[in-house]
Amino acid sequence: MAGNVFYWIVFVGTALTAIFAAVMVITRRSPIHSAMFLILNFLCIAVLYLLLNSQFIAIVQVMIYAGAIMMLVIFVIMLLNVEEEERRRKISASPAQIIGVVLVLILFAQLIYGVGVYVLPGEWSEFTRERITQIGDIKAVAGLLFTKFLFPFEVASILLLVGIIGAVILSKKER
Amino acid sequence: MFSSVPPIYFLIVSAVIFAIGAMGVLVRRNAIVIFMCIEMMLSAVNLTLITASHYLNSLDGVLMVFFVMTVAAAEAAVGLAIFVLLFRGRRTIKVDEINLLKW
Repeated sequence: MAGNVFYWIVFVGTALTAIFAAVMVITRRSPIHSAMFLILNFLCIAVLYLLLNSQFIAIVQVMIYAGAIMMLVIFVIMLLNVEEEERRRKISASPAQIIGVVLVLILFAQLIYGVGVYVLPGEWSEFTRERITQIGDIKAVAGLLFTKFLFPFEVASILLLVGIIGAVILSKKER
Repeated sequence: MFSSVPPIYFLIVSAVIFAIGAMGVLVRRNAIVIFMCIEMMLSAVNLTLITASHYLNSLDGVLMVFFVMTVAAAEAAVGLAIFVLLFRGRRTIKVDEINLLKW
């Protein structure tokens, strides 16, 4: 019972913090502030992963999203130094932006409707909480990764290789 | 039992974050902020997948999230390289002024 209440408190606090951070990301004028709030959002989502008993993905979320990707983004923001350009922007909403907000509100209503109306679809599998605790989360994930998902795993390696080569070719100076 | 929060609350949080990210993509004009909003939307979808896989006693969603993260990492490398290249050529990364491929 005490565990239940604690679970709810952690869930509500983390969820509200994540939504607050998401709102701050799109309302801050300076890109560096947006990046900081986005890191907060990613950390909150990592805590939600822990609540869903996915320790491996929570750690990977902190390492890849909050660590690697956001480090790259902040590096590029610092490199480009576009802050003063953003600051003298007029506060005026173009018609396209207003239409965008309306479309997003419609999308949001559809998402909430879809979440609320339908029961959770999908195929039930054998990895219950006790089974995962018994064999270990990372071991279970690795077992599936190298058997059932071997082909997507190899394709992902090719994708990463293409990404590396693309980044090198794009940022190479042509003289 | 331990897990008392119904899955619908996790899905609602995910939907809210996804909608906020989509709004940022449509409203903001700075290309880097738009990129960050796209990352936020990917992350919200990941939360949906993890929720579904947890409540279905399955691990397929976890593996799916793993591959989505791979794509996000490759996208970050290439996308940020494109931004640096754009800024080097045109001295701006505002998406209103980058309209070479628009029409």
